[in-house]
Amino acid sequence: MFVRVKMLAALLLTLAACKGSRPADATAAGDGGTPGPKKDETVSLNGAGATFPYPLYSKWISEYNKLNPNVKINYQSIGSGGGIRQIIAGTVDFGATDAPMKGDESKQAPSKLLHIPATIGAVVIAYNVPEVTGTLRLAPEALVEIYAGKIRNWNDPKIKADNPNAKLPAKEISVVYRTDGSGTTSVFTDYLSKISPEWRAKVGAGKSVDFPLGLGAKGNEGVTGQVKTSPYTIGYIERAYASQNKLPMIEIRNKAGKFVAPSTEAMSAAAASVEMPDELFVSLSNADGDAAYPITSYSYLLLYENAKDPVKGAALARYVWWGLHDGQKFSKALDYAPIPDKVLSKVEAQLKALRSGDKKLLSGS
Amino acid sequence: MLTRFGREVNWGDFVFRRATALVATFVIGALGAMAVAMVMGSWESIAKFGCSFLISSVWDPVRDIYGALPFIYGTLASSLLALAFAVPVSLGVAIFLSELAPAWLRAPVGFLVELLAAVPSVVYGLWGIFVLAPWLRESVEPRLGRWLGFLPFFQGPQHGFGLLAGGIILAIMITPTISSVSREVLRAVPSALREGALGLGATPWEAVRVAVLPLARSGLVGATILGLGRALGETMAITMVIGNRAEISASLFAPSYTMASVIANEFTEATGRLYLSSLAEVGLLLFVVTVLLNIVARLLVWRVGRLPLEGRL
Repeated sequence: MFVRVKMLAALLLTLAACKGSRPADATAAGDGGTPGPKKDETVSLNGAGATFPYPLYSKWISEYNKLNPNVKINYQSIGSGGGIRQIIAGTVDFGATDAPMKGDESKQAPSKLLHIPATIGAVVIAYNVPEVTGTLRLAPEALVEIYAGKIRNWNDPKIKADNPNAKLPAKEISVVYRTDGSGTTSVFTDYLSKISPEWRAKVGAGKSVDFPLGLGAKGNEGVTGQVKTSPYTIGYIERAYASQNKLPMIEIRNKAGKFVAPSTEAMSAAAASVEMPDELFVSLSNADGDAAYPITSYSYLLLYENAKDPVKGAALARYVWWGLHDGQKFSKALDYAPIPDKVLSKVEAQLKALRSGDKKLLSGS
Repeated sequence: MLTRFGREVNWGDFVFRRATALVATFVIGALGAMAVAMVMGSWESIAKFGCSFLISSVWDPVRDIYGALPFIYGTLASSLLALAFAVPVSLGVAIFLSELAPAWLRAPVGFLVELLAAVPSVVYGLWGIFVLAPWLRESVEPRLGRWLGFLPFFQGPQHGFGLLAGGIILAIMITPTISSVSREVLRAVPSALREGALGLGATPWEAVRVAVLPLARSGLVGATILGLGRALGETMAITMVIGNRAEISASLFAPSYTMASVIANEFTEATGRLYLSSLAEVGLLLFVVTVLLNIVARLLVWRVGRLPLEGRL
């Protein structure tokens, strides 16, 4: 609910900012040092895609509009799949997705689409066991077995092993999953597939998968609602929903063997430990590093490398540049982690290569 | 017929006739266009899976294998369950409001019942998550399981979320539709029949049973069908409580899934042509099921309307 209020506030701010008079010369990005040209004309940019980074993107849009009232950005959080479909069809200027595009999806695009990692989020395992007062810990194998239906009760020895002092009741575990296709499910099942070859073979990873058992709830808010109201339930949700609803989150044992809580620092640690390849997308789940939270993921913006409209393309490139620099400071308050510096330098190189025809969009031509 | 254009010029009538005909054609055209668009959209899936789409219970987007049987079952089961709850209540409300209630009570109670129809379905859904499902889990399902657990309908784990919760939510949502239409149907029965029955010494119950209900029968069936139509198409509220599992189970406690729900849940994030095509085919099936049920309903109304009208005491 709180996220909704924030979104509404951001929306109102955007609207209020729209009404304000236009300063003579709007400055583009701040410290980022955008090399791009300044424009007086009004540009409107449309984007669509992932719901998961929506609170952050809508904050970016409202803040950016304060600095650049001549750039009007509209982002519709219609879901990653919709974002991919719309950017391929060319009905929006930028897309956004949690899971990187698959090979056959990229092939459908008329020209090269770039993934720009824009923020980092985590999927947390929330639970409701009234008897347990401390924080529960789980080994990744135990998590897989709970979702595969092999561990059925809360007092199973495999759960007890990592929680020797917790009062675990002899109650059946009620498993909840996201029933609507979502990046959250994709990140979570990608992690389970990495942990368990059996999960990978029988269920696999994706935005919608055929879970072996459990109840399906609609949206993060639906899973949050079920975990909150039903005792002995376990469910996976985005971190923001768990922290705003004060649901306890499981500490998961990472690849280095440490139990880690899903803090923004642990998310950054996961991103820092994974080498970013040149195509700028990579899975962060089950990352190395002592402090890394294992169910972490980038969320991406999708841009055409060769923009059809040079004016719109330049405005978009400057906005994305701003988001990746100045915009990152809004991350933590909204439960996201900022992009690590060494990844940022790679993204900068990619953004500087954006062009329209043979004209570079950010080179200050 | 005397005002037909050309013989007796009446522009107003001419324009009116043409305009209404155009609107009527538009509705038929839109229906046809929808059917064509859905068949085209789902062609890939129809070609790939054929009949197995209708009888397979596997819905696995990761492996691109799709079967819609659990959704068909869930849609029909939840809607019929809703009718089982809603029809007796709605008829009771309608009979009370049209025959028995004192005049000063009719308007406010009728208004309140119809107000139920104005509540947005997402509000019903939230109520379902936070009130109905916990209540079912804590109080209702354990008792049903204890007393009626020998029946397959009341076995299995009790989550609160499931077919039973879905049926109850739908029942509440369709009660105003059925009861307000039924009330109008009962009101349309001429008062002379009631007065006649009462004058012959019938009790109010006997008057309703003998004089009013037989005449209203086909209208009441029609009201029920309207409610069923709403239940079949309802998406948001039922998605929030039915548990959304593509499985077929006899138990009312078990989670289930409806055709409208799976489209709403998965369409926004679906990528891949076969996946989208299969979702479109689920939409086509929902369309077909709705049309078939409406045909059955028409036949039923027609059949009931031709039954002999006599009532016995």
